[in-house]
Amino acid sequence: MYWERIMIEMKNIGVGSLGIVAIIAIFQGAVTTLQIAYQLISPLVANPVIGSIVSDSSMLELAPTITCLVLAGKVGSHIASEIGTMKVSEQIDALEIMGINAPAFVALPKIIAGVVMVPCLVIISIFLSNIGGIIAGAASGVLTPDEFIQGARESFLPFNLAFSLIKAFVYAYIITSVSSFHGYITEGGALEVGSSSTKAVVYSAVLILFSDYLLTQLLL
Amino acid sequence: MIELIDVHKSFGDVDVLKGISTSFLPGKTNLIIGASGGGKSVLMKCMVGLLTPTSGQITYDGRNFHELDPKSIREVRREIGMLFQGNALFDSYTVEQNIEFPLRMFTDMTAAERLDRVNFCLEQVHLEGVNSKYPAEISGGMKKRVGIARAIALDIKYLFCDEPNSGLDPVTSRVIDELLQEITTDFNITTVINTHDMKTVFDIGDQILFIYEGNKWWEGKKEDVRHIDNPELKAFINASYFQ
Repeated sequence: MYWERIMIEMKNIGVGSLGIVAIIAIFQGAVTTLQIAYQLISPLVANPVIGSIVSDSSMLELAPTITCLVLAGKVGSHIASEIGTMKVSEQIDALEIMGINAPAFVALPKIIAGVVMVPCLVIISIFLSNIGGIIAGAASGVLTPDEFIQGARESFLPFNLAFSLIKAFVYAYIITSVSSFHGYITEGGALEVGSSSTKAVVYSAVLILFSDYLLTQLLL
Repeated sequence: MIELIDVHKSFGDVDVLKGISTSFLPGKTNLIIGASGGGKSVLMKCMVGLLTPTSGQITYDGRNFHELDPKSIREVRREIGMLFQGNALFDSYTVEQNIEFPLRMFTDMTAAERLDRVNFCLEQVHLEGVNSKYPAEISGGMKKRVGIARAIALDIKYLFCDEPNSGLDPVTSRVIDELLQEITTDFNITTVINTHDMKTVFDIGDQILFIYEGNKWWEGKKEDVRHIDNPELKAFINASYFQ
């Protein structure tokens, strides 16, 4: 039963967020490439440098943080409103009376699914962000795909990827646990469910930004 | 048998239950009646463990519920079924999955055995052919019946119903009342029903407990209700019962 619920949540959080993550990643990579090219126009700076900066900034900051801020809105509000509705419609009480540990049954599959799927989404986001950069570079004539890839490969450090995944893991835990908590403490009716959903997004986003600073300070 | 001994419950300075003592017998439909805000729902929540009494004892066949260890509490809870006022069916599950849920959580039944049990429970509540429907696709009366079917899916000893007739038309109300009485006697369950509906009281009430402002105001049989010289109970009956 728990395994089945984890699989359902993994599908909801992972597959369900793939579209929005892909769109954001591609445009994020494309815009970053154009802006860096605009700021680095100089005969002294080789074109592959643009690729290396876009690739590194995607990996270190943009892919994990922007992706997770978006997921805080999409996944966080969904979790808080789902659990909040269960709470106000006595479904949580029904679980308690059956002798089921309701927080574990309701929140744990979401937390496990989140910490597994969000790092996967971040990896996809890094990849697509680079693809977006390559397309924008080629389309605008700023740099060729080969130059972009050369720059990305030259500056690649495995630790950067590990750092990105650590961030993704921490952010996923924040999004799922904070949202579950706000859903679980909902009392009242539809208005309070909406309020819990908003609080879940705001608190998750603030904690993500705070932990972003903390992790960067500690690990870089 | 469920026994309540001097149960008090306060929220801050507000005393909601002021020393309720009574017992609910197996095979009987035990009704708790009283005005809104009188403490009926709080009493039921204390009984099923959703709230902890400030003082007093609630025992299930001699087991003091609020002093049991967590494992024993879970065991008692598996003997409890509850029909909620709002049904509390799981929206994302079909009727079949809702009834199957406690079986999947607490038994080692095979899928075929579970399906047999689900169909048996649906038969008990006179509801067939709705296995694959979602709660949003069925009527209020059907939801109540699914709620009862889920409550009896495990071999329960105690059934709690919070306002089982609220929001139902008189005919469906009667069907639900008859079902509850049938299940109570057939399975020898201790059934406790919170209700405002005096028709329910006179149709299926074996033992009546009238709560007024958190106190046990009157207790007895339905035959005696009309002849009691108790102004609060009289006012309640006169106001709610279509004479």
